[in-house]
Amino acid sequence: MSLLFHSRTLLPGAVLTLLFTAAALISLVWVPYDTTVVDIANRMKPPSWLHPFGTDQFGRDILSMIMVGARTSIAVALVAVGIGMAVGVPLGLAAAARKGGLMDEIIMRANDLVFAFPSLLIAVMITAVFGASALNAIIAIGIFNIPVFARLTRGAALSLWNREYILAARVAGKGSARISLEHILPNVANLLIVQGTIQFSLGILAEAGLSYVGLGAQPPTASWGRMLADSQTMISLAPHLALFPGLAILLTVLGLNLLGDGLRDSLDPKLRRART
Amino acid sequence: MSRSETGLLSIQDLSLSIHGLPILKNVSMDVAPGRILGVIGESGSGKSITAFSVLQLLPGGASCTGSITLSGKDILSLSEAELCGLRGRDVGMVFQEPMTALNPLKTIGDQVAETILIHERVSKAEAMVRAADALRRAELPQERFPLSRYPHELSGGQRQRVVIAMAIALRPKLLIADEPTTALDVTTQAQILDLLKRLVAEGGMGLVLISHDLAVVADLADDLVIMRQGEVVESGPAKALFGNLQHPYSRALLEASAHVPERRQEVLDLPLLQVREVVRDYTGHTHGWWGKTTQFRAVDGVSFEIRKGESLGLVGESGCGKSTLTRAILGLEEVQGGEILFDGLPVFTHHHANQIVRRRMQVVFQDPYGSFNPRWKVDRLITEPFHLLANPPKGAERDRAIAEALESVGLSAADAQKYIHEFSGGQRQRIAIARALIIKPDLIILDEAVSALDVSVRAQVLDLLADLAGRFGLTYLFISHDLSVVRSITDRVLVMKSGKIVEEGPTNTVFDRPSHPYTQQLVAAAPVLPAGIA
Repeated sequence: MSLLFHSRTLLPGAVLTLLFTAAALISLVWVPYDTTVVDIANRMKPPSWLHPFGTDQFGRDILSMIMVGARTSIAVALVAVGIGMAVGVPLGLAAAARKGGLMDEIIMRANDLVFAFPSLLIAVMITAVFGASALNAIIAIGIFNIPVFARLTRGAALSLWNREYILAARVAGKGSARISLEHILPNVANLLIVQGTIQFSLGILAEAGLSYVGLGAQPPTASWGRMLADSQTMISLAPHLALFPGLAILLTVLGLNLLGDGLRDSLDPKLRRART
Repeated sequence: MSRSETGLLSIQDLSLSIHGLPILKNVSMDVAPGRILGVIGESGSGKSITAFSVLQLLPGGASCTGSITLSGKDILSLSEAELCGLRGRDVGMVFQEPMTALNPLKTIGDQVAETILIHERVSKAEAMVRAADALRRAELPQERFPLSRYPHELSGGQRQRVVIAMAIALRPKLLIADEPTTALDVTTQAQILDLLKRLVAEGGMGLVLISHDLAVVADLADDLVIMRQGEVVESGPAKALFGNLQHPYSRALLEASAHVPERRQEVLDLPLLQVREVVRDYTGHTHGWWGKTTQFRAVDGVSFEIRKGESLGLVGESGCGKSTLTRAILGLEEVQGGEILFDGLPVFTHHHANQIVRRRMQVVFQDPYGSFNPRWKVDRLITEPFHLLANPPKGAERDRAIAEALESVGLSAADAQKYIHEFSGGQRQRIAIARALIIKPDLIILDEAVSALDVSVRAQVLDLLADLAGRFGLTYLFISHDLSVVRSITDRVLVMKSGKIVEEGPTNTVFDRPSHPYTQQLVAAAPVLPAGIA
């Protein structure tokens, strides 16, 4: 646990991240108000004891919506990072193992191709074919994550392939797949964890962006991005409608970035030594 | 006469601690103008930190007591701004690694001129003229090495000359050289040492030469300081000191430098490894995907044999092809021509390494820090070669094999459960040898296996290798750039240059009566301890 105090950013980052994860988890079993029930009598109420964050234009409780929205955001971003890692890391390891070979060229040029498409464009294409849904947002963000992890893994793995312990493993007759799994992967894992938290926060932003333009989760599923989009026409009448989902996005992304920074400091032995 | 009045640099009773941890204890040394002070010590002796304390380039949390006086100025009482004025102008510094001491994006002229521009109000053009002069003094004349060259266009030795030119550009009173030749080949080392000596002689500059290599310092220094664990164990004029070493540590250091391990081993008249006319070409993609490719012949028609039980040395400077040859012998890279036979069997069959041959060879690498996966425990590290066996030992049998391997290199069976960072450099090299021994190979290739070790540790590891060869009937291929090490442990030696073997013969004959001009050059360039002191 001393790990938590190695870095100044790790603790606040972890607290913020835990807060929103907890909100998402609690929303699975309990929310203050049902977010699918319309209550016109109580519409657009400013924050009060009954509704700490106020209510929206349909009288739904904003706190409850944010809790449910956290579930959507986290689920989408988490699965998207999972897709990116599950596909990108093996591709990066394979490219590094065959550096300069045909396989390396094919993998990396395919990555360049994916990178050339903005994630929004990919989402629009997927939506055009399959229709808008949270699942398609996941796929779009996930595809965008693949080259990020593939490039990171390849770059880190390339420098490791020059180490003498890799040569020693080759002298022991081990093939490149086995070396990648036994020697390379554990030594790039800390980089991947750090990049994972950063991609996670980017995923949350991307999900909010896609929902904002109506390509993400569809009503009645609550989503931070759509809450922002819905509040936009009423921003002068009821600023709290935009304020709270905006803050939720900001704090989650900030928390994850702080966590990523802190993890990098704590997991990198070089930085750790420099600080003590 | 008090030495601190006439001297250039005087360090008196310097003690230094970092975050309360004592690093230096009462270190005293003096440098006079035009003289060379050699500071000798093994890693962790505090020799570099002493030098850095002269410039006050110390890590955070460091605090000094005692006094450092540079031409009358008390360094310890100067402010950071005053120290900045001092660094580079009054004191120049040359670092160990010429590859990283230069900025790859700036030309050599700019880098040398930078030092001048920082300290003096001169125009860029004038600074460049003086930079050219500094480079000329460092023996990089304008005609052949214009100021517009970039560091990557120069060799290691030439880069070190640029670093030296930067250090001497403002004609400092004191030059500190921290292991200036450790990263260089032996012939280049001799040239750089000559250059330093000449610069001191003509400029009246004082030089502090820091090295772990007794022979390098002995050739050059007027005065000597021997350090150990943050303390000066012995100091005095070099000639007097070498003839009459008092402290047991100094004597042990000297003996270790000239150590010859005792070897008792029978050499059978049976070839174990035969290398015949081996050629290895590299193809470089230099012009994109469709452009012409370039060919580089790293190993060019090399033939030799190693007999069973023999210890063969392979000597050559960096880039001569010895590492490529090693990889070919180990079956890691296929050769384009010739054949490699191990006990009569080809190392390569059908474009794949022959597993039967491979399990009879192992290798020990140079870097005791880079040759182990930091996330594995020792037991897993040293059993990695078991992968070569069809039925690797398991359970108690595996534990027994681990214990045997560790104990045969002088470690204990309990070390198997530790991580590699818990061991020192010498211990790590023992673990590397244990890893090579565990599958009981016939041939062990030692690729600069003792080059990164301190002299006393090196002597122990050489003894261990000699002992293991006798006990297990091992054959060694000993690859090194260090002639004295090769001389002490091999029966026969090959000298390699530009991918070819230029000379071959019994070790003593080759070193005492070298016939090829290149070998003569190598032997002449190797620093030697003054005769009759070991």
